[in-house]
Amino acid sequence: MQIIFDKVNYIYGKGTAFERHALKDISFCINKGEFIGLIGHTGSGKSTLIQHMNGLIKASSGSIYFNGEDIYAQGYNMKQLRSKVGLVFQYPEHQLFETTVFKDVVFGPLNLGLDKLEAELRAYEALRMVGISDDLLDASPFELSGGQKRRVAIAGVLAMKPEVLILDEPTAGLDPRGRDDILDQVTKLHEEAGMTIILVTHSMEDVACYCDRLFVMNNGELVFQNPTKEVFAHYKELEEMHLAAPQVTYVMNMLKEKGWNVSCDATTVEEARDEIIRALGSMH
Amino acid sequence: MEMIKAKDLSFEYIRRDEEGNVESINKAIDNINLEIEKGDFIAILGANGSGKSTFAKHINAILYPTEGSLWVNGMNTAEEKNLWDIRQTAGMVFQNPDNQIIATVVEEDVGFGPENLGIETKEIWRRVEESLKAVGMLQMRHMSPNKLSGGQKQRVAIAGIMAMRPECIILDEPTAMLDPNGRREVISTIYELNKKEKVTVVLITHHMDEVIYADKVYVMEKGHVVMEGTPREIFSRVDEIKKYRLDVPQVTDLAYELRKSGLDLPEGILTVGELVKALEEARRKL
Amino acid sequence: MIRDITIGQYYPADSILHRLDPRVKLLGTFLFIISLFLFKSFFGYIVVFIFFASAIGLSKVPLRFILRGMKAVLVLFIFTVFFNLFFLPGEEIFRWGIIRITDNGLYKALFMGIRLSFLILGSSLMTFTTTPNQLTDGLEKALKPLNYIKVPVHEIAMMMSIALRFIPILMEETDKIMKAQMARGADFETGGLLKRAKSLIPLLVPLFVSAFRRANDLAMAMEARCYRGGTGRTKMKPLCYKGRDYAAYTIIAIYLGLIIGTKLLERAGLLFYL
Repeated sequence: MQIIFDKVNYIYGKGTAFERHALKDISFCINKGEFIGLIGHTGSGKSTLIQHMNGLIKASSGSIYFNGEDIYAQGYNMKQLRSKVGLVFQYPEHQLFETTVFKDVVFGPLNLGLDKLEAELRAYEALRMVGISDDLLDASPFELSGGQKRRVAIAGVLAMKPEVLILDEPTAGLDPRGRDDILDQVTKLHEEAGMTIILVTHSMEDVACYCDRLFVMNNGELVFQNPTKEVFAHYKELEEMHLAAPQVTYVMNMLKEKGWNVSCDATTVEEARDEIIRALGSMH
Repeated sequence: MEMIKAKDLSFEYIRRDEEGNVESINKAIDNINLEIEKGDFIAILGANGSGKSTFAKHINAILYPTEGSLWVNGMNTAEEKNLWDIRQTAGMVFQNPDNQIIATVVEEDVGFGPENLGIETKEIWRRVEESLKAVGMLQMRHMSPNKLSGGQKQRVAIAGIMAMRPECIILDEPTAMLDPNGRREVISTIYELNKKEKVTVVLITHHMDEVIYADKVYVMEKGHVVMEGTPREIFSRVDEIKKYRLDVPQVTDLAYELRKSGLDLPEGILTVGELVKALEEARRKL
Repeated sequence: MIRDITIGQYYPADSILHRLDPRVKLLGTFLFIISLFLFKSFFGYIVVFIFFASAIGLSKVPLRFILRGMKAVLVLFIFTVFFNLFFLPGEEIFRWGIIRITDNGLYKALFMGIRLSFLILGSSLMTFTTTPNQLTDGLEKALKPLNYIKVPVHEIAMMMSIALRFIPILMEETDKIMKAQMARGADFETGGLLKRAKSLIPLLVPLFVSAFRRANDLAMAMEARCYRGGTGRTKMKPLCYKGRDYAAYTIIAIYLGLIIGTKLLERAGLLFYL
């Protein structure tokens, strides 16, 4: 098990008028190579949770283990942790600062204390991974299109060679194609490099397409941590948390109510199509 | 008379290098012709860089056409004397909710537009109250905008425009930075204003599910209008939409896939309810 | 740490001080601050203290909250007192190793300490009881005569109020960018001065870029809402004096009389040893 949270609590602004229990007794394990979706409405504690994973926020109580080591143990190397658990913030393009794309991406690996050659090699590799072509390496990051900027920013994290990649709404504000491009790159990282992925998103359709397991946060509590399809079966509870299931889940459930012999498992368009056709065939 | 009329409208961005020589000329809008009727709810769809925002900025006279003309309520946007009348007639709501709220108190922000128009104090108060009520934000009038959610901030921005009593509102990707709940809030507010206050609405977006109740949809690509029609007409052409880097609501996609597999379903299904109904009928026919 | 800074914060409450016209409060604070630097004797500060204490009492802002404002400037405070105490020449009254305190130093340190705390507490009492918008409105109206000598009063006031709106947003943004760079291994905490200054570049560049983007967006949004400067503009909340404002002016005038009186007595040498 790669990441373990054991009864993690986080109380924000303790002792002030702003005090808030942002995380309540969070416990879970994430295995190497999993693709996890993290959903929850704004303010449910998602962002706080992911910032615990790479030590940017320290828990008020509870323990966190990464690769078997307690990250709060004395002398634990936080910088190392941050390189192993890469965190891509929302609108990551807002963190770009260098004069060229390449220099910006090399920033992370240089911070790790790698020698120049190794750092540059990693930066180059990372930019290839996100599909930035060579002719853009010397361009100013501020001249790129929105989608390109975002990919450069993601490369900036990938160049640290993380084992776990956390993305906080990586597709926010992008158009449908830009969104698919980013998610396809992420899937590739998951499949080819075997990276553990944690995807924070509002899109249930994306979650249904890509994620093995779904974490659902509500008011600082981790309500679900089950396989995606199981979670969507609880779509009525999700609605109470101001969330929803993919549209096809609703179609399947409504058909079932009307007496169709369909399973409500389907969450993607392809699954639903096959299931409806199968059901129609069997009704013949 | 139509609310907005564009004739052969083109706009070029000229990029210059450090010495001021022309580096490239980029046609952001290329020969657009369209007419928007008063009271309509119009949606303009398009991927990033399709020119849809550039077009929106023309309606508010933030940009002027390089070629062709645009009229707002009969006023030519190229004539400077019309500038303030145009901006009062066609109000504009922008993408980033934080960057368009000026005051530190909700009600004072809504009063900003009327103040600029030189409306007398009593009337400002009346308009502020009415506009906040229309977007359902009256209880929060004394709050700081920083304490509001994204959807609430956008509703305040909309109220700020409504207080200027415009005939038309242009919304440039008002939901791009919001979560699904915020999006729903804002979109239902806009539809309600269109229906109750009879404001002409031009909604620019790349979220397909927001436009299914619009009167008319335009799809833009590379500065051209490439598709136009009712949402049903547009969404029955799934392949074409995908070609323009857009997508369709998941149910529309499912209905389309089922049709391709040989099922007899009507074209352009837009909601879950419609699809279930159509499937029931298809089953009966079998 | 940022949360400790209460200076410039508004404390919502319903008190007579909150309801006063901002121009009254501006003038009051201005005179109060001047009066702080008038006296060379402690007696004068008794008058100042009574005036200030009754203002606090009327404001309904908890004392604890007001005192917290001192925390943010504690360093400056200690620094000033420290230098006055140890480095001023005069007759030596205490010596321990290289540390020496002179009578003049002790005297100056005490006075500076008192002045500085009254200065900070006094001006923060004004911001506690006045919303930033009222404050800029008050400034705009009070300084309007400067328009005749071509000072763009309206524009300055508008800039101030926009700055006030965006400070919390930019603070949040700073925090976010800092964390994002830390996630890329940036280190803002260790190293020498030069290294630390250099490590700020990845923070400052994005912050400036974002500030400019916001400014750009905001300018466009303001223009779209027909903003064209101060001329022809009306006010949603115009300032006009009420009975309580005239009463407050009277009290301020009495205060002014009292301190001038005290000062005269001090001049005459009657109060020097008090």
